[in-house]
Amino acid sequence: MKLEEVRRILDGEVVSGSKSLDIEVAMACGADLMSDVLAFIKQDALLITGLTNPQVVRTAEMVDVKAICFVRGKRPGQETITMAQKKSIPLLLTHLPMFEACGRLYKNGLPGCSEAE
Amino acid sequence: MGKDDGFGRVQELSYELKVGEVMTTTVITVAPDNRVGDLRELFRANKMSGTPVVAGDRLVGIISIEDFIKCLADGEMDCPVRMRMTEKVEVLYADEPVVHAIHKFDRRGFGRFPVLDRKTGHLVGILSKGDIIKGLLKKLEIDYHEEEIHHYRASHIFEDILADKTAIRLKYDVRGKDFENAGASASALKKTLSRLGFHPQVIRRVAIATYEAEMNIVVFTPKGQMLADIHPDHIEVKAVDKGPGIPDIERALVPGFSTAPEWVRELGFGAGMGLSNIQKSSDKMVLKSKVGKGTDLRMTFFLYR
Repeated sequence: MKLEEVRRILDGEVVSGSKSLDIEVAMACGADLMSDVLAFIKQDALLITGLTNPQVVRTAEMVDVKAICFVRGKRPGQETITMAQKKSIPLLLTHLPMFEACGRLYKNGLPGCSEAE
Repeated sequence: MGKDDGFGRVQELSYELKVGEVMTTTVITVAPDNRVGDLRELFRANKMSGTPVVAGDRLVGIISIEDFIKCLADGEMDCPVRMRMTEKVEVLYADEPVVHAIHKFDRRGFGRFPVLDRKTGHLVGILSKGDIIKGLLKKLEIDYHEEEIHHYRASHIFEDILADKTAIRLKYDVRGKDFENAGASASALKKTLSRLGFHPQVIRRVAIATYEAEMNIVVFTPKGQMLADIHPDHIEVKAVDKGPGIPDIERALVPGFSTAPEWVRELGFGAGMGLSNIQKSSDKMVLKSKVGKGTDLRMTFFLYR
């Protein structure tokens, strides 16, 4: 699923990386626990999280996450944005809560990490 | 690199590839009420030695050329397929790894297996040995180029160095409580391994384990070091610190056990999964610690498993 479609489905906005909206995410992982992200995510995934600190970007980098979407309208600080730009990881923002964000994407055919090839 | 590596990859692929990825999806089937006599033209035209019998979406049996011949000998070509088919059908499921199928072919000696979807029970394809070979070859072809480059580049460094024993050591200093830079060492190591051309799977395992180890140093200790030794066939990373030490290592290894303060949890860590993540990502993990002296964590990653 293209990142632009993710944004549209989540009524979201682009925090940074607006030039990367045509990249594909193969699956998604919703988590606030970064150790779980490290343990279960596969590459080319979209990370959906309620945390906005720079460690989220660092975690994403470690496991080759394609893009991050913050839920519940939480806006990341400049430090997080700068790091994401440096690592070329686009950031999205949605006002939906975690469950609904995940649910909408899943309903639209984006698989979870345990299902995707 | 010996010849064994190539064989190893095929074996690995037979675990990675699923039956559903290699099977033939256009399946010629017959209905239970078809005449056995009609099978002759079907078998001849499609060069088949057997075919699944399907009622609606449901697989109800299989009929082979042997069944056909027996029927012919009995002079009962007008008999319905239902009467002559084998009802207890050995099947495969689309989500099974190809290696299961290979074993099944070996054990049963059949030419083909119908493939069902595990959830719906519907017939979704048919698998022959030829399908497996074709599937493996196709995947190998795709992998081959990338794989060769990674193997070549990573082993290349060592081939150019003439010594009885070679290891490249990368050293990273980790500052405790410095959250802005937490993970910077793991990130730098990941980038370096990637530049050296290591296989993405190896890089990923090293990245996850070293990132967790680095977070432990940042969270619990005033400072520490990460020492990565790159050997021709493995990478060893030592994460050492002069922190407070771990009083009960056995407990610390239990998934979910944590002594991390609340603010660490707010960063998305400290849920007691770090060490178990490290254990899962590495091929070998040795943890030594003395209270009041510090901790020494060694992680080994084999390059060619």
